[in-house]
Amino acid sequence: MTRKSRRLWLVGGCMLGFSGATLLTLQAFSANIVFFMAPSQVLASPPAPGRTIRLGGMVVAGSLHEVRADGKEPSVSFSVTDGQSAVPVRYVGILPDLFREGQSVVALGAMRADGSFGAEEVLAKHDETYMPKEVAAALKKSGRWDPRFGKPPSAASWNGMTAASVRGS
Amino acid sequence: MHVAPFADLSSGTVSSGSAAIEAVAGPPPAGRIAGLLHRYANPGRYLRLGDRIQPFLTWPALLLTTIGIVWGLFFSPADWQQGDTVRIMYVHVPAAWLASLGYAGLAVCGLLSLVWRHRLADLAAAEIGPVGACITGLCLVSGSLWGRPMWGAWWVWDARLTSVLVLFFLYLGHVALVRAFDDPARGARAAAILALAGAVDLPIIKFSVQWWNTLHQPDSITLTGAPTMSLTILWPLLVCTLGFTFGFAAIVNARLRAAVMETRTRQLLLAGTGAAR
Repeated sequence: MTRKSRRLWLVGGCMLGFSGATLLTLQAFSANIVFFMAPSQVLASPPAPGRTIRLGGMVVAGSLHEVRADGKEPSVSFSVTDGQSAVPVRYVGILPDLFREGQSVVALGAMRADGSFGAEEVLAKHDETYMPKEVAAALKKSGRWDPRFGKPPSAASWNGMTAASVRGS
Repeated sequence: MHVAPFADLSSGTVSSGSAAIEAVAGPPPAGRIAGLLHRYANPGRYLRLGDRIQPFLTWPALLLTTIGIVWGLFFSPADWQQGDTVRIMYVHVPAAWLASLGYAGLAVCGLLSLVWRHRLADLAAAEIGPVGACITGLCLVSGSLWGRPMWGAWWVWDARLTSVLVLFFLYLGHVALVRAFDDPARGARAAAILALAGAVDLPIIKFSVQWWNTLHQPDSITLTGAPTMSLTILWPLLVCTLGFTFGFAAIVNARLRAAVMETRTRQLLLAGTGAAR
């Protein structure tokens, strides 16, 4: 074995060991690295009331209620779901621009005694789909997609709809 | 005569005798790779090649970046829900891609340096470091400017953002470590170890959005699936990415050429003062 190949094996061995250690560490801290908990996780193992967690999921269509009073921040209630269960959320403050029914959101706050989630901060999480306004309008008009009930159809199904042909139809 | 001061840098080609011995005894694959590597480890040979390819990096970089940015900022459509804010993507995505690619380059240089004592790889690593740190900084800043209007937060401690921040600090550490020793060879050795160890962060960045739920959205462009974005947005993004990549290569190549010439000048000066004594 030459000196070079010995060095190569040594570097390879060190890399393998270091990657393994990192992998195990990440595995061990996996629960903490997760940015938010889903509603079904929250209901399955409820955190202690008052303990700050992040709750993430989709805003249920038709669940958004907003009470506006003069001179006060709006008081909002909505439900967040992951498709299996839903948790009601209460929040006082201004929602981000992207907030809407059907949008994914992450709320920071704590469970209350009545089983609802008291949010101190609400973040909107957009998905990985990017589509022109005209296409979105055409999909909604033709009834192929309603943004309130989840993600848009795959890009391949609407990529043929260029801006010009959409305006023409 | 002008070869002599460079014997140190081009030692790989000089020591081809050991490679010949290995060839007789049936070379291990590493030996053959080493032979190929040493062919391009010669700084003089690199300098000639680097001079020749510089315009083929600079001009495509300027052209493609200009086309991509103008296309992306003025002619591509706004996103249906993000509006014009989505145009930050035409800077953010190329910067993020180059942050990872640049660090992968650092790791390859680190391997070449540690195993094959490739002197040119040491010089290349020292030159990639600052450029990579800048582009990672650009990625973080543009992402923050994008996050504020869309998510409602400048910064969140989710897995994707945190792992890229770690990458930024790895770059800064590398930049500092290369220059931390009086003996450049020791600095290069320490930085090579850091570059290799830090490469563990690259798969974490890539898969963070799949392994853990994050606020950052998953990748729109993957090797396995169709892109989840409109072609009218995808094309300018690809042109921008290509332009930025050429730009990165052009800057690194220009810096590396300067570094090789600087080393050569210093050695000639040293040889000159030695002869004077």
